[in-house]
Amino acid sequence: MRHGNRRLDVVLILGAVALTLLPWYRIDGGFYGFGWLAGFPLSTEVAPGLVQIAAHGRWWLAGVVLLLLLAGAARGMADPMRRGAALAWLGALGVLFLSLQGLAIGFSGWTWTISESLFGALSDGQPSMGAGAVLSAVVFVLLFSFGLAERGVMKGDAFVVSAISLLVFLVAVFVFYPIGSMFAGSVQDFDGSFNPDGFIRNMQDPGIWSLGCVIGGGRCGVAWRTLWLAIMTGLGSTLLGLAFALVATRTRFPYKKGLRLLTILPIITPPFVIGLALTLLFGRAGVITQGLSELFGIEPGRWLYGLTGIWIAQVLSFTPIAFLVLIGVVEGVSPSMEEASTTLRADRWRTFRRVSLPLMKPGLANAFLIGFIESMADFGNPLVLGGSHGVLSTEIFFAVVGSQNDPSRAAVLAMVLLVFTLSAFLAQRFWLSGKNFATVTGKGDSGAHIALPRGLSIGVHAIVIPWGLFTLVVYGMILVGGFVKTWGLDNSLTLDHYAKAFSISFDGSIAWTGVAWNSFWTTMEIALISAPLTAIVGLLTAYIIVRQKFTGKNVFEFALMMSFAIPGTVIGVSYIMAFNLPPLEMTGSALILIACFVFRNMPVGVRGGIAAMSQLDKSLDEASLTLRAGSFRTIRKVILPLLRPAITAALVYSFVRAITSISAVIFLVSAEYNMATSYIVGLVENGEYGVAIAYSSMLIVVMITVITGFQLLVGDRRLRRENRVAGLAPSRQEKTA
Amino acid sequence: MPDIVLSNVQKSYGAGSPNAVSDLDLHIRDGEFMCLLGPSGCGKTTTLRMIAGLENLTDGEIRVGEKIVDSPARGAFIGPEKRGMGLVFQSYALWPHLTIERNTDFGLRLRKVPKAEREARVTEVMKALDIEKYRHRYPSQLSGGQQQRVALARMLAVNPGVLLLDEPLSNLDARLRLEMRAELKRIHAAFGTTIVFVTHDQWEAMTLATSIAVMNEGRLQQLGTPNDIYDRPANRFVAEFVGSPPINILETATGHALDRAASHWLAGRLGESAGVGSVGFRPEALQIARSEAAVPGDSFRHAAEVTGILPTGGSWIIELKVDGRALFATTTECPVLKGGERVFVHARPTAMHVFDAAGLRLAGADDTLARAA
Ligand SMILES: Nc1ncnc2c1ncn2[C@@H]1O[C@H](COP(=O)(O)OP(=O)(O)O)[C@@H](O)[C@H]1O
Ligand SMILES: [Mg+2]
Repeated sequence: MRHGNRRLDVVLILGAVALTLLPWYRIDGGFYGFGWLAGFPLSTEVAPGLVQIAAHGRWWLAGVVLLLLLAGAARGMADPMRRGAALAWLGALGVLFLSLQGLAIGFSGWTWTISESLFGALSDGQPSMGAGAVLSAVVFVLLFSFGLAERGVMKGDAFVVSAISLLVFLVAVFVFYPIGSMFAGSVQDFDGSFNPDGFIRNMQDPGIWSLGCVIGGGRCGVAWRTLWLAIMTGLGSTLLGLAFALVATRTRFPYKKGLRLLTILPIITPPFVIGLALTLLFGRAGVITQGLSELFGIEPGRWLYGLTGIWIAQVLSFTPIAFLVLIGVVEGVSPSMEEASTTLRADRWRTFRRVSLPLMKPGLANAFLIGFIESMADFGNPLVLGGSHGVLSTEIFFAVVGSQNDPSRAAVLAMVLLVFTLSAFLAQRFWLSGKNFATVTGKGDSGAHIALPRGLSIGVHAIVIPWGLFTLVVYGMILVGGFVKTWGLDNSLTLDHYAKAFSISFDGSIAWTGVAWNSFWTTMEIALISAPLTAIVGLLTAYIIVRQKFTGKNVFEFALMMSFAIPGTVIGVSYIMAFNLPPLEMTGSALILIACFVFRNMPVGVRGGIAAMSQLDKSLDEASLTLRAGSFRTIRKVILPLLRPAITAALVYSFVRAITSISAVIFLVSAEYNMATSYIVGLVENGEYGVAIAYSSMLIVVMITVITGFQLLVGDRRLRRENRVAGLAPSRQEKTA
Repeated sequence: MPDIVLSNVQKSYGAGSPNAVSDLDLHIRDGEFMCLLGPSGCGKTTTLRMIAGLENLTDGEIRVGEKIVDSPARGAFIGPEKRGMGLVFQSYALWPHLTIERNTDFGLRLRKVPKAEREARVTEVMKALDIEKYRHRYPSQLSGGQQQRVALARMLAVNPGVLLLDEPLSNLDARLRLEMRAELKRIHAAFGTTIVFVTHDQWEAMTLATSIAVMNEGRLQQLGTPNDIYDRPANRFVAEFVGSPPINILETATGHALDRAASHWLAGRLGESAGVGSVGFRPEALQIARSEAAVPGDSFRHAAEVTGILPTGGSWIIELKVDGRALFATTTECPVLKGGERVFVHARPTAMHVFDAAGLRLAGADDTLARAA
């Protein structure tokens, strides 16, 4: 049998299955309920593609049949180049055709006037795509890939070509399509016709752009407020992060290990929890506010609810991230450079100012931009603390879910937010790249970092110690908060909040009577499903980026990285706008949450995978290739085993992120699939702080358990593996020997 | 394994970058031990990887026997996993997560060889390479030379028709290198495998190869037996690249006294219009006489001054100067010369390599000079 025929046959059979054995359109009751089996194959709702054409007047689907038949005919072509070309064309046309018919024909007929005038009105429209349609789309993508592979693309490796095509396809569907349809939606009326009025009105809204606070007279627009907040948060977290990094590396501070523990806090803390803890401390009924009012008669104020409060919460949340980035930067300044300076008679202060600090500059800029982007994207803290003085991300939320329900306003705000974050991302990527002065050479730089100048040393300690204590108090609040009856009013200890959230009763069988269980189990379930998917997609992407060369790879990588810089709120809005209507309808399902997590958290897997894979010499997989393993087997037998630590990290991290994220999730949850974070935010809005904080600390405990569990499981093995990999490079020792 | 034929192969890494390999024609015969020799960056690794199927050609074609394995013009490409060639990497590329045994039987497992047969084969190869006792160790627990042999064993186990080796010895110390050279020769004899071996070390090429392909800047300079390459270099690049200390080259067009003398001497024997551009003689062909009377009548000669005598253990390099121009001679007899002594250097006509203005060997000159001698 000719090479490549078997996989082609499998895909063609799948195409036939998609047309005959699966319901073409979306099943309302859910595909996996299998309720559709009853009406299959004749009733309109569940009929497969062929029956839809023949009996239900969906004649346009014949295009799919025709393309598949042509692909079947192309199978017999002798010349591989021509057959490859035919298959690639048919596949591409198939994908194009499916998307066009999906977009053009909605529930009640044509959605575009141009097609209506061309083809005449349709008597009936079509529902959203279902199993059959989706499978046939995948079939077309695979046909396209096989065609290219037969033409020798990627050395004729069908697996690699298919992986790239599927990734591009998925990213297009789950990242670029929603963003695009959000923008399209902003200039459309409810009936879908072009109407830019709402867009123009919102674009000119003084509520967004007013500079009132600067020129005197009123408040500034939300865009400027958000920008101001992001700059302040970036500055604050960078300065604090630098102070922490200096203390951790350049002083004899006794609790350095503890400082480093700080860096895992943002990973395990749901973002709004800091805001919540601050409320319990400084809110109107907060412990400290009440204490001050009792002791000194200071009137309880509302100063916390606004930019100041958000700023404090964000600096608390993102300082550990800046610390993590800057510790590498500070350690990266080669001691010998500083020693060179001191031997030239510069004192410690001058050495620090003239040598060390300039060397750290790009790193500092990077930390600032990270803080900036995080602040822009932050949703939880502004939601809890913002009150009426919102920022872009919360305004977007209220534009969609509130009484306003103004999609074009949400889209405009999202656009503004996108412009800010993408500018920061582009600055990070183009302006900062190539300016990395880190001087780690692998040469085993000897010598120690010089100590900080005295004044500076006192200064950083004076910052780090109070701030560290403050952080401890805030986290202490989170842990203790759940045991206190009503903060500020009745400070007696109680287990009521935990009981309300997590009670279980036994009468014969276990009944999960606590209010939190429902969302808790949903969260666990969805996090457990999406974690491995995230890891697979992320690592596969990393493999393609590191190991494969193809035209357009730079564009591919750039588009991917850029999609990671899109704030969660924007993704959330765009998802509900895109996936609420045909051709793809997923709102209210678990699927949309999973898709959101996979494509939001993918960067974790990608970055980890790239880092790990760059350390594996390419010849390790090439050796396997020449021994007759195809690239799929090479990945399975050689790359995956060597990447186990990276895989574990990706799994754990995406699991945890799925549990803690809120910004996109809050748009996508439904009564049936409610997630822990959005449930907690709901509790906060109802003023049930006790239960909210109890639930939050429970989440934190779960995540710490998961992380340490994994650490214990794989930590030891990872060490051994590293030894072996390191031992692989005998050349240096041999040469020097 | 049938012959491997490269015809007019071009390779460029991305549009715009200069060709890594240009116009390469190479015929590798069954059972041959061929060395690709050339300075670093001349395209040896690229050539090897194209043969293995790890890089696509930009143009041209590679055939194995009658079968075309890569030809962009015809859209034919056979992947590395189907070519049956064993590539041994400079870095060994042993998989750190597998034991020596699992590394070695990896290819056999992929081929679904039955267990008994597989174990027998692995044992046989391991024994041949003397690594059987490390069977259950991990690569990091072996020395460089042992790892090297495992890398070889891994490829030999599947009995590849062709063994491709990319500078496999460059990471070893001098003694191990010698051992491994002998090992390779033995494998070549014992298994009868075609071997293509990349190196930038001329001695490695000279001692191992049945034929050497000298490359420079992506182009094949000369293909021949080691003796051919050394005794009849096809152009100045080959003449200057092979041999240490390097060949002495005299350019006929300069005004230097030595060059003028050489030019005059050659014109007397080859005629004025022979088109001589330069002439070279290897250090061991450059002889030294303390008086002109001791120089044979038909040899080229010139007065020179001894500037240095460098013992290299069993032989000596004598450094001479003519009007500031350095010349090297080697001798295996203990020289009785002193630094600063004025002597005559001379060379036999048959020891001369004559090149034209473009640097190509003047084919006619060899015969004429031989007759003149
Ligand atoms: N992956 C690559 N991408 C771009 N250029 C390359 C790549 N590999 C090699 N080259 C270039 O091709 C030329 C030949 O390289 P190579 O075949 O590795 O030389 P050699 O093995 O003879 O030292 C060099 O100029 C090198 O810079
Ligand atoms: Mg090389």
